[in-house]
Amino acid sequence: MANSANQNQKLNGKLSTIAVDTYRWMVLARTFEDRISNIYRAGKIVGGVYVGKGQEAFSASLASQLMKGQDIYSPLIRDMAGRAAFGEPLIDAARTYLGSAQGPSVGRDGNVHRGNSQEGMPTMISHLGAMISVVCGMLFARRLRKKLNTVVGAACIGDGATSTGAFHEALNMAAVEKLPLIISIANNQFAYSTPTDRQFACNELVDRAAGYGVNGININGTDLVECIEGFEKVISLARAGDGPQIVVGNLLRLSGHGEHDDAPYVSNEMRSSDLGQDCLLKAKNKIIEESWCTENECNEIQEQATVEVNAAIAQAESEKGPNPYSHDWNAYSSPSFRK
Amino acid sequence: MSISYLEAIREAQSLALENDENVFIYGQDVGAFGGAFKATKNLFQKYPDRVIDSPISEDAMVGLAVGAAIEGMRPIIEMQFADFSSVGFNQIVNQAATLFWRTAVPCPITIRLPSGGTPGSGPFHSQCMETIYAHYPGTIVMTPATVEDAYSMLLEAIAIDDPVIFCEHKYLYYHLKSDSLPKQTLPAKSARIVRSGRHATVVTYSAMLHEALRAADNMKNDGYEIEVVDLRCIKPIDMSTVLGSIARTGRVLAIGEAFPWGGVTSEIISRISSEGFNLLDAPPVRLNSIDTPIPYHPDLWRYHRPTASSVEEELRKLIRE
Repeated sequence: MANSANQNQKLNGKLSTIAVDTYRWMVLARTFEDRISNIYRAGKIVGGVYVGKGQEAFSASLASQLMKGQDIYSPLIRDMAGRAAFGEPLIDAARTYLGSAQGPSVGRDGNVHRGNSQEGMPTMISHLGAMISVVCGMLFARRLRKKLNTVVGAACIGDGATSTGAFHEALNMAAVEKLPLIISIANNQFAYSTPTDRQFACNELVDRAAGYGVNGININGTDLVECIEGFEKVISLARAGDGPQIVVGNLLRLSGHGEHDDAPYVSNEMRSSDLGQDCLLKAKNKIIEESWCTENECNEIQEQATVEVNAAIAQAESEKGPNPYSHDWNAYSSPSFRK
Repeated sequence: MSISYLEAIREAQSLALENDENVFIYGQDVGAFGGAFKATKNLFQKYPDRVIDSPISEDAMVGLAVGAAIEGMRPIIEMQFADFSSVGFNQIVNQAATLFWRTAVPCPITIRLPSGGTPGSGPFHSQCMETIYAHYPGTIVMTPATVEDAYSMLLEAIAIDDPVIFCEHKYLYYHLKSDSLPKQTLPAKSARIVRSGRHATVVTYSAMLHEALRAADNMKNDGYEIEVVDLRCIKPIDMSTVLGSIARTGRVLAIGEAFPWGGVTSEIISRISSEGFNLLDAPPVRLNSIDTPIPYHPDLWRYHRPTASSVEEELRKLIRE
C-alpha cells in the first residue's frame, strides 16, 4: 500500500512538472498569436495569420515530451505551442510574421513557414500531408547511418490532411518501413469551412490505424492531462520499436481558418459543446485545482509570456525587410550552377 | 569490351554506392529484382542496406528522399517510368526544388526518369517529362544522349547539391553501345557540338540526337553540312554554344521528342529570337512529337515522334528558305 502511494506520488510529480512546463508554452503561444492577430488587424502584416487557438494543449503536449537535439518534430500551421515547446526561438516566429530580413527564411517565406531542420524541425510547405514522408526520410537516413537508436519523429496534421494521397502514401510507407513515426492529427472539426462528414466516412479517424497496421489512440484534445498521457504512451511505444503511431486529438479550432475568416460555418451548438472548451482555461483550472501551481504562479507565467512576446515583436519590428536589389536571387546551392 | 547505355547507368550507380556511404537507391523493384529495366541489377547483392524496394508511392518516395537529404544523404530515386513521376510531382517541384531557397539547406537528390518512347509502350509508358520539371526554379534537368554521358552525367548528378531530374532514354538503354566508359568528361551543364557543319544547326538532346545525326548523314550526300548540338542538360541551357553555332550557320532547327506545346524547343527558339536574332538568315524552326497522347501501335508511334526522315524534311525546307 505504501509502495503504491509512493508510486502515485512519483507519477503525479512527473505529470505536474510536464503539465506546468507544457502550460507555459501554451500561454506563450496564445499570447504571441493574440498579439500577431492584433497587428494583422492593424494592417501591419502582409499575408495570412493562422493561429492554433484551442489546439495549444494538444500541440504542446507532444512537443514538450520530445527530446530536443535528438528527435524530429514537423509542425503545421496551428502548432505555435508545439514549436515553442520544441525550442523554436520566439524571435524566429516574430521575424517571419513581420518580414524581417534576419528571420529564418530571410523574407522568402512568411508566417508559419519556418523551421530549423538542423535542429530536427523541418520547414513546412503548404501542401497538406507532404511533410509526413519528409519526416520518414529523416528517420530513414538515421537508420541507414545506424544513428536511429531511440529517436522518434513526429508529424503534425489536421483532419483535412488525412484525405490526401500524400498522407496515405507516407503512412503506409512508414508502416512498411516500421519507422518510429508519430502522426499527430488535430481533428478540429473543420478543414477551412468543410466539416468532417465531408472529409471522411469512418466513424472515427483513428479507425484508419488498423488498416495501415499501426497503433492509434483517440484523445480529448482539450484536456491537457489526457494529451500529455496520450502522447507519453505513443512516444514510449515508438521509441521501443513498435512502429508508427497515430494520435487523434478531438477539439475545436477556436478561430477562423486564418484571421481573415470569422468562421460563420461553426454553429453555436458546436461552439458551446465540450469540443469548444478552451484548453488553456481548462489547463489553468486543472493546474490550480491539483495545486501544481498557485493562481499567482499562473499569473506570473502569463506576465512572463507577455514580456517575452513584447520583446520579440519589438525587436522584429525594428529590423529591416529584405532588399530586393542586393538579394541573392539563386535557387541553386551548387556553386557551378549559381549565377 | 562493349557497354550499353543501360549498363553505363548501372556502373555509375555502382561506383557512387562504392565511393560514398551517403548514397542509396530507393524505388520500385530496385532491390533483389534489379529494377524493371535492370538498371540496378546486382547492386542489392553488393549493397543490401542501400538498394531498397519502395512501395508504389511516388509522392512518398520523393518526400523520403528530401528528408534523407536534409540529414546529409544523397538519395537516388528510380521512377519505374518517367510517366509515373507525375504522382510525385508535388514533392519534386514544391518540396525538393524549393528546399534550398526556403531554408538554405541543400537538397542533393537524383531522380532517375526512364523516359521516352519505345514501340508498343503507349500513352503511359513513353512520356518525356523534362519540360515539366525544368519549368520550376531549383531543378537541374539532364538528358544524356550517349553512353559516355549517361555514365559521367549520372555521377555528376549524384554529386551535385541540388535536385537533379535525370532523364535517361529507354530507347537508348539497349540500342546504344560504346567501347568503354569515359576517362575525361565535359561538365554536365555544357552543350557539345557533336558534328560540325555550315548550312544549318540542329539543337537537340536525348534520343533525338541520333535521329538528327542520321538526317545529317543522309544530307551529306547532297553536299549539305549540318551542325548538330547536343544540349546534354536542358536546364540550365548552354546558350553560348547554341548561339556560337548559329553564328556559323545562320539557320536553326530545334528538335525534341516531347509534346510540342511549350517546352525545351520553344524555349530554345525563344532565346535565339531574343538573344541571337541578328545571327539568323531564316526563321528558326522546331520539331516535336504530334500534339496527341503517345500512341501504342508501332506504326502510329513512329509517325508521332520526330524521326531522321521528318528531321531531314524540316532541314531541307529550312535550307531552302
